[in-house]
Amino acid sequence: MRVSVITFPGSNCDHDTVDVFADLGHDSRTIWHKDTDLQNPDLVVLPGGFSYGDYLRSGALARFSPVMKEVISFAKKGGYILGICNGFQVLTEAQLLPGSLLANEQLDFVCRHQYIRVETGNSPWTYGLTKGRILDIPIAHKKGRFHLDRAQLEILENNDQVIFRYADEAGQITPEANPNGSVNNIAGICSVNRRILGMMPHPERAATKAVVSSDGYEILKAFESFLASGN
Amino acid sequence: MLKAKIFVQLKPSVLDPQGKAVSGTLSQLGFDTVQSTRISRYIEIVFAEDDPDLLEPKVKEICNTLLANPNTELYHFDIEKVEES
Repeated sequence: MRVSVITFPGSNCDHDTVDVFADLGHDSRTIWHKDTDLQNPDLVVLPGGFSYGDYLRSGALARFSPVMKEVISFAKKGGYILGICNGFQVLTEAQLLPGSLLANEQLDFVCRHQYIRVETGNSPWTYGLTKGRILDIPIAHKKGRFHLDRAQLEILENNDQVIFRYADEAGQITPEANPNGSVNNIAGICSVNRRILGMMPHPERAATKAVVSSDGYEILKAFESFLASGN
Repeated sequence: MLKAKIFVQLKPSVLDPQGKAVSGTLSQLGFDTVQSTRISRYIEIVFAEDDPDLLEPKVKEICNTLLANPNTELYHFDIEKVEES
């Protein structure tokens, strides 16, 4: 597949993401945020980092980068988009995903391994994965507390749009397993058409042979299988 | 020229951990009547314009588009005249 990873000023996971997809045999590249050609991708990735220094609100300024017009139009045409960490923040600011990512409840920058639980197999990103599957995916953020008002949250839950929740090793959804105070332990959500995924954990940091967890491959391979299945 | 003085606040229903931390330190300092603290953002924008009535909708648009996130924040602002420097 062709993967276009957007580089905003302050993105710092763009090259890792390109490398991970390239290692899996995909044609991947970075696209500078001032460019307006997405280069015909099958998948657009908004990577982790601190676009525009997180000024104003995380993702608020990146959301108006010139490339975002194209990303939004790609989304409206049903394109696949993965937003990781800061990328998730940008997607919510662009209103391609509901909710907001606010300062962690305990105010710490959390950087650690984190268990997340697959909440549904009904998404391109968890295609073939069993509901309840536990993955070890690193997190690294200070503004990752997913917030949505009660009414919208109910819609999100009822639509099966919650893809991942923070869990403990046994898969229990507990306050102790919640690293940032996210409502309902939400770690990742998808759009109504299920093609856009935003997640705070970093699958690309668990998808090289050199690191402790290789569970990030599960998410990337689920997406590969989904595309290969011709869905 | 006109200056817009804009306050952006978290909605009352949204947890403000910074405010909570400040409350904790204030009570540690002996300010034991502090009930709650909310941290807001204050933004000043100076415009090369003279008519506050014409400026007001523009400031609203700026707030709705960029300065405040309607999911989590509320805003209010005042417009005042400033001398050319």
